[in-house]
Amino acid sequence: MIVQSMVRNAVLLGIFAVIGTGMVALTHENTKTRIAENLRQALLANLHELVPPDTYNNDIIKDHITVTDQAQLGTADPVPVYRARKDGTPVAAVLTPVAPDGYNGDIKLMVAIRYDGTILGVRVLAHNETPGLGDAIEISKTPWVTSFNGRSLNNPKPAKWHVKRDGGVFDQFTGATITPRAVVKAVHKCLEYYMSNRDALFSKGEHKGKPAA
Amino acid sequence: MTSPSYSSIIRDGLWSNNPALVQILGLCPLLAVTATVVNGFALGLATAVVLVCSNVTVSLIRGIVKPEVRIPVFVMVIASFVTAIELAMNAYFHELYKILGIFIPLIVTNCNIIARAEAFASKNTVSKSMVDGIATGLGFTLVLMLLGAMRELIGRGTLLTQASLMFGESAKWMTVTVFDHYNGYLLAILPPGAFLGLGFLIALKNVIDDRLKRRALAQQAAQAHPAGAV
Repeated sequence: MIVQSMVRNAVLLGIFAVIGTGMVALTHENTKTRIAENLRQALLANLHELVPPDTYNNDIIKDHITVTDQAQLGTADPVPVYRARKDGTPVAAVLTPVAPDGYNGDIKLMVAIRYDGTILGVRVLAHNETPGLGDAIEISKTPWVTSFNGRSLNNPKPAKWHVKRDGGVFDQFTGATITPRAVVKAVHKCLEYYMSNRDALFSKGEHKGKPAA
Repeated sequence: MTSPSYSSIIRDGLWSNNPALVQILGLCPLLAVTATVVNGFALGLATAVVLVCSNVTVSLIRGIVKPEVRIPVFVMVIASFVTAIELAMNAYFHELYKILGIFIPLIVTNCNIIARAEAFASKNTVSKSMVDGIATGLGFTLVLMLLGAMRELIGRGTLLTQASLMFGESAKWMTVTVFDHYNGYLLAILPPGAFLGLGFLIALKNVIDDRLKRRALAQQAAQAHPAGAV
């Protein structure tokens, strides 16, 4: 009697597990191409904000490699490097370094650097900074992050790659110095990483392009 | 237990047994995502859809499922619906999905849903369970939106920002900037603002209930002693 009811319940649970899993599998089948396309479009939209689409003609999303350098890129995880080329000539690289020393944890950045080492643009992808203070690093809140545009390792001089309070050229925010300080540092380190690995970054991977010397 | 009428089901879900204001269930998403109206609306709607689906399913199978295994079965039903809805939101409302993030899968743990399954759907007909799901879901959504509106208005000085995430590009006009050049009031956007806001809403509901009760009592008294003007 007890065995019978146990078997009955087990079978019942099994049936519901199968139906539930089946429903999830069906939804997954029907949505997976759309989800993949969404992710692609979202990434492309981010990239295009920094690298104008008419300046390159390769498949920038496919043409990427991953690199790992915790000291320079702020994360132990592999960081994708998207490479823009025009007719095989390197145009720009887009890296997504992390500023690990934000006020409230990691700040994920996207940094686009022209082949010659000047910054095309910087965007903040994700952060947990204080709303109303540290979140001024978001382009939708203030244009602060555009102050990196056109900068390079020697513009300003290395000693000036800091927020103003630390004797540099970049503004800090009222009530929030730690956040911009972390971002400035991460962008600078990312630039250093790019300049010392530039040719390897562009030549590595399956889509080989001729680096213009 | 006698089966409740449709009107009492609706009244319970929306007002007298409102999941957020009276039962205080599902607070985790309630407090976390209500920084704007649109976020609150989206999560409320997702929760309501799950609630209706799970209520209907649980009611359909109420004759088959033995009491000993009902909880695991309910959990499985709810988890399946939530996962399906999470995938669907990722596919069709990708930006919104990114904002709501972890709180969509967390709908599984919203005790409100399993509470309705256990307390209502497993004992009532399919159509009544559906109405209960709609009413309770709507009651929850309305509180999320109201709280979102309060926090957005005080915190940012706008209403319905990012409406385009939910209703497409054509909905940009829906965003209302109520106060121009408003610097924002940080407390409202941060978690304490959610607690305070919810507290005020509950207080407001209690005040209204109290008033209604007193008025009803006064009417009763007036009917009992039509001549005696007290």
